[in-house]
Amino acid sequence: MSIDPLQLVFVFVLAGFVGFQLISRVPPVLHTPLMSATNAIHGIVFVAAIVAASSAPGPLTFGLALAATFLGAANVVGGFVVTDRMLEMFHTGPAAGGQDHRG
Amino acid sequence: MVELREAVDIVAAVLYIVGVMRLRTPATARSGNLIAAVGMVLVLAVTWIGQPASNLLLIVIVAAAGAAVGIWAGRGVAVTAMPQMVALLNGMGGGAAALVALEQVLAATAGGAGAPVGLSLPAVFTVLCGAFSLGGSAIAFLKLQELMTGRPITFGGQHVVNALVLLVLAVAGVWAIALGTGAADGLVVAVAVGGALLGVLVVLPVGGADMPVIISLLNALTGLAVAISGFVLSSAVLIVAGALVGASGFILTQLMAKAMHRSIGNVLFAGFGGGSQGAAAGSAAEGTVHPTQADEVAMMLAYAQLVVIVPGSGLAVARAQQEVRELMDLLVARGVDVRFAIHPVAGRMPGHMNVILAEANVPYDRLYEMERINSDFPRADVALVIGANDVTNPAARNDPGSPIYGMPILDVDKAHTVVVCKRSMASGFAGVDNPLFTMDKTLMLFGDARATVLALIGQLKEMAA
Repeated sequence: MSIDPLQLVFVFVLAGFVGFQLISRVPPVLHTPLMSATNAIHGIVFVAAIVAASSAPGPLTFGLALAATFLGAANVVGGFVVTDRMLEMFHTGPAAGGQDHRG
Repeated sequence: MVELREAVDIVAAVLYIVGVMRLRTPATARSGNLIAAVGMVLVLAVTWIGQPASNLLLIVIVAAAGAAVGIWAGRGVAVTAMPQMVALLNGMGGGAAALVALEQVLAATAGGAGAPVGLSLPAVFTVLCGAFSLGGSAIAFLKLQELMTGRPITFGGQHVVNALVLLVLAVAGVWAIALGTGAADGLVVAVAVGGALLGVLVVLPVGGADMPVIISLLNALTGLAVAISGFVLSSAVLIVAGALVGASGFILTQLMAKAMHRSIGNVLFAGFGGGSQGAAAGSAAEGTVHPTQADEVAMMLAYAQLVVIVPGSGLAVARAQQEVRELMDLLVARGVDVRFAIHPVAGRMPGHMNVILAEANVPYDRLYEMERINSDFPRADVALVIGANDVTNPAARNDPGSPIYGMPILDVDKAHTVVVCKRSMASGFAGVDNPLFTMDKTLMLFGDARATVLALIGQLKEMAA
């Protein structure tokens, strides 16, 4: 729980740099799944919400953290499910005759 | 044991990076998403190590309820509705980040366990940024879901009001930090409410056509909020995850704005993209329109070597993607090379049209991005434009007086023959006349996109019989 803030800045800068390098190479055909996958990744705040909820000192703070837990959980799970559903649809070669899509 | 948690955090950060890396090709993308999800599960599994575990049952129940809502929404949503789904999920993430930071501030006042940092610049920033994202995403969702008008909502002095709200929030934030933990809790709550309000105010005047830009921007802001919340909670894995999302969002925002030849400031402050201000560029379509019928077009398509299909919002609105795929199948069976030309802003979020066509079983190797397909138009026998307008407007290339001059477009007008499927002669989002429609080589096939494509399919089948 006690990392030097400057080290955290270091982590932030490096991660941002890696992000720019990686993501500028994602082709336009995958931009929607990219966005929904990263959307799911930022749902990691869900874990922070759980930590906050389990150490909340009072009912108000507990309520806030619980609300965050709910939103974060829906964000993470919904994001990964939606991305997986989309990526499942991408296929190559001759069109397979419309068998494998679901509503 | 805390070391174990930190080690797992490092592994998870690597998994996110590897996951995003695999999103670079359609063949590996699905596994990339799964790898990132595994990273999430790992972090979750070690969350409680070294933490007080009070109220465990209630927390698990609420988390499970959230997850259930996520699964339900994620499975049920139609692919055409993906932009509003992403907006909704994004707003939830932003809201969660803001709530967590707010909780940390209030918990420090109450002297909570786990020694929260309390009132600090990162905490206030996360509250503001997350709340803004929540408010903005909510409006974006309502607009995309058509629960409110997709046209820009503008009122006099809007920019002044927005600037004032931002200024007041900044002052309140700095003041709160100066007052310090305990004394300024109310002020931080006010920043949260004000941030959400500002998000609403900023997105209200953004028109439907600009949604790809605004969704990307909101995504970037949520990423940033989550990254900064990592400073509040001293969590490196939050910072890595948030920074990845922020980078992705900012890159997409820039790409989308560039594809519309607009600056981000212009999108936010111009209230364009809904037609209301679309410069009355005079010159009511000179030249004559050449209407045509399905049988004539079917004949041309059947005997073409290369057909480039340009799908636009009209196709998505008419839900004609399955029919278009069937048309493609029939033409491919006759030996025609069929390619789809996808403009970066086709659809209502980055890459949306690709997903819509992928759902209809169009193989992704037939989906061509603008840079790749533009050189193919001069040798295309037919360019079939289905429900697209502004992105094919040659005025963007050769009329410096046009409001969309400079916007990168698909060079449809260079094809041998152009067939435009359109409901009427109405102008597109930008409210600009399209000289393409009156060119000599252009044939207009009027009607609903789905009905028109069905008619083409019927004609082609008759020909084959």
